Amino acid sequence: MRYTFCLFAVLAFIWLTNSGLYTPLLLSFGLISVVFVILIARRMKVVDGESLPLELWATLPGYYLWLWRKIVASNLEVAACVWGGLFSRNETISPCSERIPTKLGSDLGKVLYANSITLTPGTVAIDVDDDSVLVHALTRSGLNELKQGEMENQILALTEKNSDSGTNTGQKNEC
Amino acid sequence: MIDLLLGYTSGLLLFLGCFFMLTGAIGLLRFPDFYSRMHAAGVTDTLATILIIAGLMLIAGWSLALFKLALIMLFIFFTSPTASHALARSAQLCALRLTQTPVEKGPADAPRPVAEASAPVSKMEAAEGT
Repeated sequence: MRYTFCLFAVLAFIWLTNSGLYTPLLLSFGLISVVFVILIARRMKVVDGESLPLELWATLPGYYLWLWRKIVASNLEVAACVWGGLFSRNETISPCSERIPTKLGSDLGKVLYANSITLTPGTVAIDVDDDSVLVHALTRSGLNELKQGEMENQILALTEKNSDSGTNTGQKNEC
Repeated sequence: MIDLLLGYTSGLLLFLGCFFMLTGAIGLLRFPDFYSRMHAAGVTDTLATILIIAGLMLIAGWSLALFKLALIMLFIFFTSPTASHALARSAQLCALRLTQTPVEKGPADAPRPVAEASAPVSKMEAAEGT
């Protein structure tokens, strides 16, 4: 039930910020469409802790702040590779790929990890299976940096701390 | 005074965004194979878009447009990795399957897979067109 209320709040917020017209007619249209979307989502059984990770609401912004710094740094690296390749004749990139083993157990953690890898330019997560991620990197140093596992530890701290409550809600979330 | 400052800051952010867009475009054209080009496209996806939207947000002022720009930024932030993953996955499932290149190998081995991969890129683009 909690997830349904949160979905309602998110959808209502999106409607209100995008419409800008607050006449009763349009507001009732908004209410109807929000309820309709919630009914469809309930029927698809996607209203649960995976689509709305409420347990992470306090820690996720901090992680995204950290990720944002990583994104800026890796953007500058890739830009340096591009301009370096344009103005000098020597090789600035060394594309390589490798399966990186991961110790993240939960699905949410793996998705977050692969998503973060893809968000930082210079590394792309191509395939995820039970205990490893296939990563393609623009430079070898980028791949090595990823293998040191700083990002993985951040996500581990984020998701494992409440893994107990996560599995519990996973069972009782048929709201 | 504060308006002038906001105008200059937003102009600077827009200029930086354009610079990174250009960087991404050059990388997209110059990098040798499909997967490296995807990294260059990642620059336009993340930093360039965010800089441009931040520049626009500064001159939008406190209005509904500000929230709409923030929503655009949020949606791009969540959808662009999905799009690049879909690209990488479809490449992985067809002719461009990634061969395992060990990290230890020297750059002397690099040109070979490049030449091999450049042909299927155009093949795949042709396939996408149909």
